[in-house]
This record gives sequence, C-alpha cells and structure tokens, in this order.
Amino acid sequence: MSGAEHALRRISAVRGVRGAMLVSAPDGLVVSESSMEDVDGRAIAALAASLAGRLRRAAGGAGLGRPTVIQLRGETGTLLAVPAGEELLVVAVGDRETNLGLARLELLEAARGIA
Amino acid sequence: MRVLEGWVSGPLSRFLDESAARLVLLMTSSGQVVAQHGFTRSVDVMSAAALGAGIMASTGELAHLMGSPRFGALVHQGTEQGLLLSGFDTPRGRWIGLVAFGPESSVGIVQLFFQQFTDEIAAATPPEEQRGPVLAENFEHELNASLRALFGR
Repeated sequence: MSGAEHALRRISAVRGVRGAMLVSAPDGLVVSESSMEDVDGRAIAALAASLAGRLRRAAGGAGLGRPTVIQLRGETGTLLAVPAGEELLVVAVGDRETNLGLARLELLEAARGIA
Repeated sequence: MRVLEGWVSGPLSRFLDESAARLVLLMTSSGQVVAQHGFTRSVDVMSAAALGAGIMASTGELAHLMGSPRFGALVHQGTEQGLLLSGFDTPRGRWIGLVAFGPESSVGIVQLFFQQFTDEIAAATPPEEQRGPVLAENFEHELNASLRALFGR
C-alpha cells in the first residue's frame, strides 16, 4: 500500500468520515480514493478542486495568504479539504457525527506526508 | 449561443453556466452542427466541426483496431486552454460535443457537467420529424436557414 493510500485509510477510519480522496487540484480529477460509499467521488473531486481554487484566489485577494484548511458545513455533513503542495488536495466527506477535530488533524498529517 | 433546434437551448445554457466553458460545439457524428457557443466566424465553426468529427472517427477506428469499445472522450490539456471532445448517444444517433475551457474551469468540472448535459439532451430529445426527400430547390433554402440560426445572419 502506498503512503497516500495509507493516509486516506487513516482519514476514512475517523468516526463519521464517509470517504477520503486525493484530488489533482488543477484538473479536479480523482488521484486516489478510499471507501467513498454513497458519494459520487468524481463530482466531489471536481467541485472541491473548483472551490479550493476560488477560495485560494479570494484569500489571496483579501491578503490572507493561501488557505490551509477548507471546511464546508452542510445540513447533513461536512466537506474538509487541505492542500498538499501546489498540485494536490486531500479531501474528506463526513456526516454530522464526524469527529471534525481528529479528521482535520489526519488531513493535515496526510497533506504533510504527501506534499 | 446559437442552436438549430430550440429544445437544445435549455440543457446547453445550463451546461455553459455550470462549466464556465469558453467554446462549445455540438454536432452529429458526421460533423453537421447542431449548436454552437462562443464562435464568431462561420468558417471556424465548420472547420472545428469537421476536425472534431474526423478526430472522433479516427479514434473510433483506433479503438476498433485495438479491440476495444470506442473511446468515450478525448481531453487535451494545454497551458492556456483545455479541450474536451466526447461522443454520446441520443435518440437521434450519436452526437459529439467539443468544449474548450480556460483556467477558470477544469477538466473535472467540464466532464462532470458534460455528463449531466448529455443526460438532459437524451431525456429532452423529441421524436424526429418525418422529412420529405431533399430537393434541389429546397436545399439552398434549408442551408441558409441553418446558417442564419447558427450565426444570426
């Protein structure tokens, strides 16, 4: 198992996380994914990469530097995304019961290991 | 946006809004243009349609030689622009979409919404009208009507 796959499995093991993936940031394509059950991984990858790109421009425009963690809360769950270098994005989707603190730590750890 | 048949407008308009595509050309597998967005010169549309249909035919034959089913899509990623060329089935036969997009979009976004667009087209396609034989006296009139619809002139 590659380091990226191992990192994605660790993220998926966090309580409430429904799946995790590594996304090519410029293309919005899935590079690797782990147990994305009942989730359209292709759509998540495309939309998360688009969101991350726009937020990066917005943060840059506001003088905030580059986003380090993106957290999008919906009515039934949360999407987390962490840039891993210039080209990749670590993304996780979780339900309302997700342990967000631990999930964020795992995403940041994965991004450090991959970048 | 210019369309030959009005029912294409809704799905194409939604695709353009969602994907932020710069240029779109929708054509039959023989290269007959059904709709276009972003082109200003008719000669560019005709060239792109002929090239797109030719590329799809070539890659289809290549797939056949390799013993594979036909390829679904071809993506070219340039430094300034990307290009998606994809065939899809409709009740009126196989159509081809040619989409050019810039850095404001991505291949993932374009592919995602192109799939939705093709699903909508397949669902919205009305039954084809029965047409009489193409007569010489009607040909020029029909050709001019199509050119007016696609280029507004």
